[in-house]
Amino acid sequence: MSMGAHVKPVGAVPRAVLALLALTLVLQMLWQANAAPPRARARDLPPAPSLAALRLAALGEPVALSKLTMLYVQGFDEQAGVSIAWRVLDYANIALWLRRVLELDPRGQYPLLAASEVYGAVADPARARVMLEFVAARFAEDPNRRWPWLAHAALVARHRLHDLPLARRYAQAIRLHATGPQVPAWAREMEVFILEDMNELDSARALIGGLLRDGLITDPHELKFLSDRLDQLNQSTGSNQQDGGPKP
Amino acid sequence: MTLAALTIARYTLLEALRNRLLWLLLVVALGAVGISGFLNELALTESRQLQAALLGALLRVAAVFLIATFVITSMVREANDKGLELLMALPLPRAVYLLGKLAGFAALAVLPAVLFGTLALFFAPPSQAALWAVSLLCECWIVAAFSLLCMLTLSQVLPALAAAFAFYLLARAIGTLQLLGHGASAAHSAGQQALGTAIDALALLLPHLDRFTRSDWLVYHDGSAADLLAIAAQTVIYVALMAAAGLFDLYRKQI
Repeated sequence: MSMGAHVKPVGAVPRAVLALLALTLVLQMLWQANAAPPRARARDLPPAPSLAALRLAALGEPVALSKLTMLYVQGFDEQAGVSIAWRVLDYANIALWLRRVLELDPRGQYPLLAASEVYGAVADPARARVMLEFVAARFAEDPNRRWPWLAHAALVARHRLHDLPLARRYAQAIRLHATGPQVPAWAREMEVFILEDMNELDSARALIGGLLRDGLITDPHELKFLSDRLDQLNQSTGSNQQDGGPKP
Repeated sequence: MTLAALTIARYTLLEALRNRLLWLLLVVALGAVGISGFLNELALTESRQLQAALLGALLRVAAVFLIATFVITSMVREANDKGLELLMALPLPRAVYLLGKLAGFAALAVLPAVLFGTLALFFAPPSQAALWAVSLLCECWIVAAFSLLCMLTLSQVLPALAAAFAFYLLARAIGTLQLLGHGASAAHSAGQQALGTAIDALALLLPHLDRFTRSDWLVYHDGSAADLLAIAAQTVIYVALMAAAGLFDLYRKQI
């Protein structure tokens, strides 16, 4: 039976009630129209909660909470209406948040991409090092799955920080520890990349090309993100700028 | 007797369908797809995994919330309409009434499990989506049985809803609470050890719903037959326990 059968026509409603409804609706709209518009205000990323607190909050769904937490952290440099330069973010705190995300979902790769490719692209070398060290420490926990991010980190160390020993250390770690059958042979030859007189754009092209060829990048968003990074590098190489990143 | 129980189950299911529960489930499914799709667009990588995990988590909570709320409000309506008294006046054992109600709610839980399980098929292979859907069905059965018990015992909507949701939260957090309790007992404080023991005792009484309907299965496709077996066994035991507790209460009731 339809709902209409139980409802009287609008004419049955007293005019006073209709007037009151219209009046309160107009009042509500006027109230909101005259209210001060929301002002975008940058907030600091709060300290990362303990792993125990996050596990409790996950209610048995650590993977879902991990993904949601990652978006929360990622959103902090692009808060509603405010864009915060990476160089003013507290990198130690961000690294701790990324660590928590990874602890909730150790099979996830998102925090490592964010550390090596997003936050690691900051112009401030001290901050970039915090992220590279985060990637290196997490690589040691699962080398066969996490080596691509240390490879990215090696390129950042080589071309952004101009720290050849650090870049070689990362490349060496991949050779020595990422020895699983799913790791392509070229990954263990990263040291050659590092030592060759290649510029950043060519090194990045070689790395991303290798990852694509071996089917290690399948997500369309990641593909677009890395392709945009290559375009940025292309432009900055073309204009011969020494800018540290897209949003330093 | 079986026929009487089936009739009660049928009318319980009909009541749910007349309450537009199916439409509500469809709206929930669309909303969850919309929210998870929006968040998926924000991801730089693992976008599909992110959408699968969030969709799974949202649908799971929504299914349990709707089932628990329907069980409690339906039982209250029946009590207010004196339907319970009418049924108790018939020459039927009280067990038939309770089993009929349970069967009706169990049939009702098939709707979200099938609908949401179909959505899970877009993210996971059929075997994993089926495991997730069956696990959701078992989770809904446990919550429905507990909600029924709450309503028989507490007889009021608000306390029954609060008890059902508190039970659900505790059952999903109990694994982590146990880990925390054991971590605390390592500190050798008498208070912390007592707390750890109390949590362990609570863990013996609760179903560990943190092992049910895991979004990991949709993201990493690592659910196994052993998971299914453990979930099925826990569901059989717990639904039987709730039914026995419900019968205990129902037979003592002065109607």
